[in-house]
Amino acid sequence: MIRDALLIARKDLRIELSSKIIFGQVLPFSLLVLILFGLAISSDFVVAGSENRTVLEQVAPGLFWLSIVFSSLFAITRSFSLEDKNGNLDALRMAGIDPASIFLGKALAITILMAFLEIVVGALAAVIYRSSILDIEILAATLAAATFCISMAGTLYAGVTAGSKSKDTLLPLLLLPTMAPVLLIATRSTEAALFVEDQTGWGWTILLTVLAFLYTGMGMLTFGSLMEES
Amino acid sequence: MQSFWHALEIPLIGVAPENKEDLNSSDDLVIELNDAVALLDNFPALSGMGFQLRLGEIVHLKGPNGAGKSTLLSLCAGLLPIHSGSGMVLGNDLTNQTDRRRIRRLTGLLSHESSLYDELSVYANIKFWCSANKVDHEVIDPVMDRLGLSGRLRNLKVSALSSGQRRRTSLAVIVCRRPRIWLLDEPYSGLDDAGQKLVDVLVTNAVSFGATVMFTSHDSKRAQDLATRTVEMQGGRLKRTPVVHEPIISKSTRPIRSEESA
Repeated sequence: MIRDALLIARKDLRIELSSKIIFGQVLPFSLLVLILFGLAISSDFVVAGSENRTVLEQVAPGLFWLSIVFSSLFAITRSFSLEDKNGNLDALRMAGIDPASIFLGKALAITILMAFLEIVVGALAAVIYRSSILDIEILAATLAAATFCISMAGTLYAGVTAGSKSKDTLLPLLLLPTMAPVLLIATRSTEAALFVEDQTGWGWTILLTVLAFLYTGMGMLTFGSLMEES
Repeated sequence: MQSFWHALEIPLIGVAPENKEDLNSSDDLVIELNDAVALLDNFPALSGMGFQLRLGEIVHLKGPNGAGKSTLLSLCAGLLPIHSGSGMVLGNDLTNQTDRRRIRRLTGLLSHESSLYDELSVYANIKFWCSANKVDHEVIDPVMDRLGLSGRLRNLKVSALSSGQRRRTSLAVIVCRRPRIWLLDEPYSGLDDAGQKLVDVLVTNAVSFGATVMFTSHDSKRAQDLATRTVEMQGGRLKRTPVVHEPIISKSTRPIRSEESA
């Protein structure tokens, strides 16, 4: 199972290196969203009782994760369009690859691509929103757990919509509500890493990790049926 | 199976192990359908299909567009479930999901679509599908040579290939896999004359060394020259009762014209 999952992930990453869709189109989209948020929210307003923190600085974690969630939709859709095109999903089924391996492989490739995207977007967000990091460990753990979570949930729902003729519009409709708790928890955890010194961020990070494992389990158990339905 | 590779004029390097444990059939009947109904978007694309395919046959499926030929190939490849009726492929039950997964590994389907990744090179595609199908990579180069995919085509992205070159690449994957049943949907499509002759050679050699082939083609003349039997489909079922011939491996390796086409 692991061998096949790595095979799928390597193939997806090789295709990305060749096509540069994520690096050339999704990354600029994420950066654009961040910049537009920065333009829309004045950096002059200061949050009451917050040691002169501006509104923009205060909402930066939420805006960052919102742009990541939107970008993930493109990455996930792109990942599954590779299989949809030219009947490749049927060819994977013909090869007898365990559906759980397909799920894990695609989720792993999306995780790696999203992690790269988050590092670049996060660095730019820190500059635009003038954020400073109080606890780098919590921030790193949050990035890892949230990316894992977004990729697993995204891959699972892409499998749910794979057989639908309107999958391009159906996927955001199904996935965004699912992402709401992830967005909320990742934002709280990032706020803790940026503003709070009392280590409360670890609780949020653990919660994200539990969610990620929940989606992984659901994906591995249900992906076979989803592939048969598609 | 050594001679299979020699027959392809390919030096024997590595051959994928056979999955004899997956072959449950006790006689030479490799496919048997009884009153099989298969649905595509709730439409009965196969409506009460009865059909038998024996070891070593080369069956040409003919019929008008929408007759259900491609659906029949997908069904026999284990990609589609049977809605009603019954069906067995190499002793595996088409109504059983576990059996259908086993059938997929034993059959090779060349569909209308290329089953290739446009962004990867010809070699990377074949290598990926060999890895996915647990086939030794040593067979890749000889097969690519035989199908005219070496040289400048080797590292060319699939998106840059002509339709004939894509067809050759898809065929190369099936040749590397060496399935027990070859299900070919319009194998001549997009191929030049040399490519079409190559398909005939590949099919004849595969059958000579234990495979069974069912294919569709609108090129009736060429198809009838290759096939040992022709069956005609219309409206999701056979137009007339097929006549089962002697398997080709017990006859001459020379293609036999079907009785129905005569």
